[in-house]
Amino acid sequence: MSVLLFGILAVLALITAALMVTARNLVHGVLMMVANFAVIAVMYITLNAPFVAVVQVAVYAGAIMVLFLFIVMLIGEQQLTFDEQLGGQRLYAAVLGLLLAGILLITLVSAAPYAGQSQLTEEFIGRQNVQLVGAQLYTEYLLPFEAASVLLLIAMIGAVVLAKRRLL
Amino acid sequence: MPVPVQYYAILSALLFSMGVVGVLLRRNIIIVFMSIELMLNAANLLFVAFARYQNVVDGQVFVFFVMTVAASEVAIGLALVMALFRSRQTTDVDDISTLKG
Repeated sequence: MSVLLFGILAVLALITAALMVTARNLVHGVLMMVANFAVIAVMYITLNAPFVAVVQVAVYAGAIMVLFLFIVMLIGEQQLTFDEQLGGQRLYAAVLGLLLAGILLITLVSAAPYAGQSQLTEEFIGRQNVQLVGAQLYTEYLLPFEAASVLLLIAMIGAVVLAKRRLL
Repeated sequence: MPVPVQYYAILSALLFSMGVVGVLLRRNIIIVFMSIELMLNAANLLFVAFARYQNVVDGQVFVFFVMTVAASEVAIGLALVMALFRSRQTTDVDDISTLKG
């Protein structure tokens, strides 16, 4: 993958993320979030991770976006936008955010060389990759996989219970 | 010319910081939620990038689990937002201060 393609995708990801965080209109915010997820999915493909890319599109750009849009529609966009009273928090948030970005950049960039720069092996390419992920998932990570299914069941029951009654 | 893994680290750090700033800056609970998703995505990106440069698939399996947890989190979180809105008619996180001492 060329640096140019990475640069374009990175700029797109950063722009969509910034627009999402600063969105006044909630529907625009959700759509920017989906655009960001789609850009990341393309990046996964260029990283030779087609399985993760497809799951990203199905779960994030599909299911999660629909959930967010449903909530925005159910509550009503007008009721969801209001004047946000921030006081002096804006300055603190900016300073802390920049501080965190600096710390993360220093640590991650200095840790990155230890990830190795090895060349791609054949088995990483295309359909083989999906087979490899599947094999790992159903052998070494079988127990976490089952736990994930239980977690999804719990989340489903929890969402139904929470949405059903007047709880708060 | 391949992309150095540091570039992915930089992008991931910037995306994560944007998510953190979103949580700190915004009072709208749905935007706060989306910022949390942004942070999870930044971590996922780094998982996949490092897995790619180490020639292992374990990172991708981990991303799969992170996505599972994110999906459950969104389902529960949005159900909570609905329940909250029904009882309080607000999505401002500053209005939810009953537990504040």
